[in-house]
Formats: sequence, structure tokens, C-alpha cells
Amino acid sequence: MSFDVALTYRAGQGARACAIRSAARLVAVTGPSGIGKTSLLNCIAGLHRPLSGHVRIGGETLFDSAAGIDLPPERRHAGYVFQDLRLFPHRTVSANLAYGEHAEPGWMTRAEALEFLGIAHLARRFPATLSGGEAKRVAIGRALLAAPRFLLLDEPLTSLDAPRAEEILRLIERIRDELGLPTLLVSHAAAEVERLAGEVVMLD
Amino acid sequence: MTAWPTAAEWGIVALSLKVSVLAVALTVPVSYALAWLLARRRFPGRILLDAAVHLPLVLPPVVTGWVLLLLFGRTGPLGHWLEEATGLVLVFRWTGAALAAAVMALPLMVRAMRLSIEAVDRRLVGAARTLGATPWRAFLTITLPLSLPGVLAGTVLGFARSLGEFGATITFASNIPGQTRTLPLAIYTGLQVPGEEAAVTRLAIISVVLSVAALLASEWLVRRSHGRRAHVL
Repeated sequence: MSFDVALTYRAGQGARACAIRSAARLVAVTGPSGIGKTSLLNCIAGLHRPLSGHVRIGGETLFDSAAGIDLPPERRHAGYVFQDLRLFPHRTVSANLAYGEHAEPGWMTRAEALEFLGIAHLARRFPATLSGGEAKRVAIGRALLAAPRFLLLDEPLTSLDAPRAEEILRLIERIRDELGLPTLLVSHAAAEVERLAGEVVMLD
Repeated sequence: MTAWPTAAEWGIVALSLKVSVLAVALTVPVSYALAWLLARRRFPGRILLDAAVHLPLVLPPVVTGWVLLLLFGRTGPLGHWLEEATGLVLVFRWTGAALAAAVMALPLMVRAMRLSIEAVDRRLVGAARTLGATPWRAFLTITLPLSLPGVLAGTVLGFARSLGEFGATITFASNIPGQTRTLPLAIYTGLQVPGEEAAVTRLAIISVVLSVAALLASEWLVRRSHGRRAHVL
């Protein structure tokens, strides 16, 4: 079981409930905007506290209100690619990638990540000088280098033109197929969900 | 015309700088901690703390000096304790002048630092946490460096405020040549004596030069990192 999530949580004005049980490697969460998709990811990453429920990913319990388990974000090992990216503006690309870098045997090194993502030539630049597609790849690379146990991708294709979006789509496919990380993808784009996801959860 | 500043004037400037440097060194960590609390935490008594921090800004400085005298005088609770514990006496000493200047500079420094901490995007701190950073590491690597311009600006502003401190200093530390007679006190003293106009003018020019330099440095530091629209004044 990759994902075993059952949560009630606050989103916007009201409380929401969501259940995901899936063995698929990539699960897409979809639904109209404002339904609380990002809040769900924040709860899973440990940035928001859910009202109740549990989060188990890859067999590990990250949150369980009944058992009193609530790991802080730094111990959840989430590779979270935020919709707004949140690159650190005072650090170069290289230093952004290094921030959460976690040397684990068998996992990619920074050089490999730069190569994998095609951003080696950007290493010394600051985030403010990057294009949308470049910044997105850096954000994905930063999440991957922390040797996460799972990935959270929040609308990874927004604000990209078609060729850039296609690049990122291919990259996500490679991450899914070559790295084998359980991945939760939030998206409202049907085509993207169709192409990537092994299972789709509809929030409404 | 003799060369100036004269040795006596240099002495006054040196004392002023010494007092202000100590005042600011005391106040920077305290101000940053207060600024962070006020910017980032919601707790009971926050409004009271905010008011207390701002009090020296709105009280007559002579009242602040009098309160310091009550607290840190040799028979005051804190002053008595300090003398017992460390042998340190503040009242009528240059260290006392530094304390008075520090208290007067505190609100300005907290304000500048608080603005710059509030300007740090909290979502970046969240991102750091998901990347494995403890709250403390996230603070040291994200909040602190990104708020540094405000820290520098606040420090320079506090330094300028300390150089100009008069009311609380003369009340608490008195006006002792070589000990607590800083630039403003020396100017005031000069004004009490007929025929000292030239000396007063020279000291006043020195004050203006030091203050303007500090102010420009502060503005420059903030603008450099926050863009043209940002300023501390």
C-alpha cells in the first residue's frame, strides 16, 4: 500500500474529509479549485495540523490522531514541490539544491540531479533570474535531493507554456518510472491526470 | 584658528561612540528576540509587551531616566542585585549612560527588525521544514539571513539614536566629564557658559555629521535589499 490516508481537515471556511487508499505509484487528487487540495498536501507534509484521521505512506505512520502520532515536517521525509515553488531567494540554485541534500547510499547525488533535471548550467544563478520552467525543475530537484520517501506535487504544470509543460510531464513520468517514489499529484487538468496517474481521487 | 576637533572634543566623541557601541551591542540581540516574538507569535500579553517596548518612544525621556534610576539605582531592586552579584554599578557611570541609550534605542530597533521579519515569507520556512530543517535551523538559514537588512538598518538607527540620547542619560547617569558627558550633554553644558558658542558650534557640527552618516547608512542598507519603496523612516 503506497498511500493510506484518511483525514478531516480545515480548508478555507469549512472542514473537509478525504480518504485515499491506493497501491498505485502515482495517485492524482483532482477536483474544483478551492476544494482544499493544497490543504490536504500541507496536512500530509506536516505543515498544517489535520482535525483528525491518519496518514500512512509506504507503511510508515506520519500522523495518527487516535494514537497521538504527529511527526514534525522535518521527520516526514516528504519531497514537496509547491505550486508557488518557494525557492530560497537568497541562495543560488546550487545552494537551494543543497539545502535538504541527504546523502543516502544508492540515491542520486547533486551532480546526478543537475544532470537528471537538465539544470547543470543554472547552478550559480539566483532563483529570481530563472524562467518558470527552470525554476520548476530546480524545485523538483531540491525535493528529490532530500532523498524523500514520497513526493507531493502541487499543480506542477501551472504557469508553463505547452513545450515547458511537456518537458515537466516527461520528467514526472521519469521520476515515476525510474525512481519509484510514491507520488501524490494535485491537479485540475484532466489530460495531465489521465496521462500520469495510476489512480485518481476526486475531491468534492 | 586652532585645529579641531581638539583633544577634549575628541574625548567627548570617543566617549559618545563608546557609550553608543555598548548600547547597541546590548540591544541588538534583545531587540531581535522581541521583534521575532511580536512578528511571529501570538500569545497572551502580546499587546502589553508591544506597548512596553514602545514606551520609551512616547514617554518623556526624563521619565524613562527616572524609572531607570528607581530600578537600577544603588538602592533600586535591579541595581542592588547587580551590585551584590557582580559588583557592577551603573548609575553615574558610562555603563549607565549606555543602559539609558540602549533603552531609548530599543523601540526604534525593534520596529525596524520587526518589519523585516514580517517581510520574510513564512511559506519559505515551511519549505525548509519539509526539506528536513528543524525550526531552529530554518530560523538560522531562512528567517535570519532574509531579515538581516532590517537588523542592520535597525542597528544603525539605534546607534544614531544612542548618540543623540540626552534626557534619560542626564537623569540616570548625570553629566560627569569623562564619564557620562556625551556629545549632547557637552553641547548642553557649553550652552550654559557664556563665550562657549564656538565650542558648541563645533560639537553640533560633529553631531550632525555623525547622525547624518548613520541615517544615510541605514537607508542605504534597507534600499539595497528591499527595493526603492522600502525605508525605515
